[in-house]
Amino acid sequence: MDTIESVLEFYRERSDQVLELTWNHVELSLLALGFATLIFVPLGVIFSRMTRGGSGWVGAIASIRVIPSLALVFLFYPVFGFGYEPALVALTVLAGPPLILNTYAGMRQVDASILEAARGVGMNPAQVFFKVHLPLALPVIVAGMRSASVEIFASATLASFIGVKTLGQYIITGISLLDTTYLLAGGLLIVALVLGAEAILGAVERLVRPPVA
Amino acid sequence: MSDRNGETAAGSAIRLDHVVKRYPGAERAAVDDVTLAVEPGEFIVLLGPSGCGKTTLLKMINRIHEPTGGSIHIDDIEIHDLPASALRRRIGYVIQQTGLFPHIRVEDNVATVPSLLKWDKSRIRRRVRELLELVGLPPDQYARRYPMQLSGGEQQRVGLARALAAEPTTMLMDEPFGALDAITRTRLQSELRRIHRQLGQTILFVTHDIDEAVRLADRIVVLREGRVVQFASPLEIVTAPADSFVADLVGADDVLRRMSLIPVASAAQGGLTGRSSDLEEISGSAFLRDAIGQMVETGADRLAVVDEDGRPVSELSLDDIHDAVGEHEPAADPTVSAGDQ
Repeated sequence: MDTIESVLEFYRERSDQVLELTWNHVELSLLALGFATLIFVPLGVIFSRMTRGGSGWVGAIASIRVIPSLALVFLFYPVFGFGYEPALVALTVLAGPPLILNTYAGMRQVDASILEAARGVGMNPAQVFFKVHLPLALPVIVAGMRSASVEIFASATLASFIGVKTLGQYIITGISLLDTTYLLAGGLLIVALVLGAEAILGAVERLVRPPVA
Repeated sequence: MSDRNGETAAGSAIRLDHVVKRYPGAERAAVDDVTLAVEPGEFIVLLGPSGCGKTTLLKMINRIHEPTGGSIHIDDIEIHDLPASALRRRIGYVIQQTGLFPHIRVEDNVATVPSLLKWDKSRIRRRVRELLELVGLPPDQYARRYPMQLSGGEQQRVGLARALAAEPTTMLMDEPFGALDAITRTRLQSELRRIHRQLGQTILFVTHDIDEAVRLADRIVVLREGRVVQFASPLEIVTAPADSFVADLVGADDVLRRMSLIPVASAAQGGLTGRSSDLEEISGSAFLRDAIGQMVETGADRLAVVDEDGRPVSELSLDDIHDAVGEHEPAADPTVSAGDQ
């Protein structure tokens, strides 16, 4: 098929650029996932431990989802202008809803009797949290990271609209030149990255899930 | 929490003085001025309908719930003089839902308290194997498995092993067998009795099942609306219930129930005769219900009662059974109260 041929040709001719854009894409995405995890998992944990009001906060943060990704990328323009920082902030915020929803749900779904047993055998609050509560919530939290990574890797494409050289570069060029080779060359790599991130975090999720029967 | 260095783990004396638990906004206290003295090594069952405060009472002893009044001593130590986590590491704790940690292996579940107490690794490993043997789970087969890979009965055995791990002198058990099928429950009950005989801890055991209470208890605490209604041996509870509440609870009016609770030895009135050795034998620790069954089966109207070594000690007749089951009417005087123990 000609299109496949031309895409492969495209990768061969511009291998350096392809590698650079792919790496930028991955780096930006991983940074955003890292920051988002550091911010939203602890928030989710805190909200899950509030006796009241916790679910309200979770709902408020989850409502970020109604903002289209593209709009979110431009949302921080007035504050940060164009460039890396606003893209990073936008992607971090984008990962908030899945992370906070899953962290909250993951913490809440742990059987109260297991936590009582942990206290009952003499664990102090920190031990109950780190030895029992968090490990049991972890599979659900990692599942949240998985959905967040899908959002981030897909949306890192949009960062190119505000001047960050990610694989979105090829999409923008492809659209403006109406060139399918560009569109496919970028699109295929983005899809591969999204699926790869999903597969890796899916494996981690299975790893932290206690075996059943 | 007596001398823990001794070879035989002993039981603790537990004393509750005017213990009260009042939840904010509740009309009546969940536990209302309970005073109890438990002897070292006793197997005490807390019995009552749901909402009677038995679980709350139990969970105040390891401070899962904090009393709003009164004091609780374990071997002369007021439980609030210790940090809660230190107190709990000295008390075995078993709950109905097992509370096993599903993300770690059976051996690590059992090792929980010794690890918290920072025992060294080889001692923990030895102790875990010893305990799994004790509760009837061969270590080679079970140590490396995860809780959810076990049956309900096996899980509860692991729960028991975990509770016993650091050689506690007190065990608190909250309906541990409540979710098990009848056959598994009966088997675990008799193994618990065996372990108790072997190790001699003081056990406080919550249940709403009168049969379970009678099978296990040295003494039963009957609770109603947060108060102790009767604190006595199983036989006394069944044959001389303090009031109509206790009588209803234990089904004292039910002839079959009473026959299944009264031991043969306590009913047999006949002395040994020359023909005792010709009679069908029955163990003194069997219940009258078993005796009736045996009489009906064999057509005999007398049985020779034998002791644990199989020696005849007395004879049991149908009249004896009739007397034992018939003579006890619920006591008219319901004034046995918490303070009288």
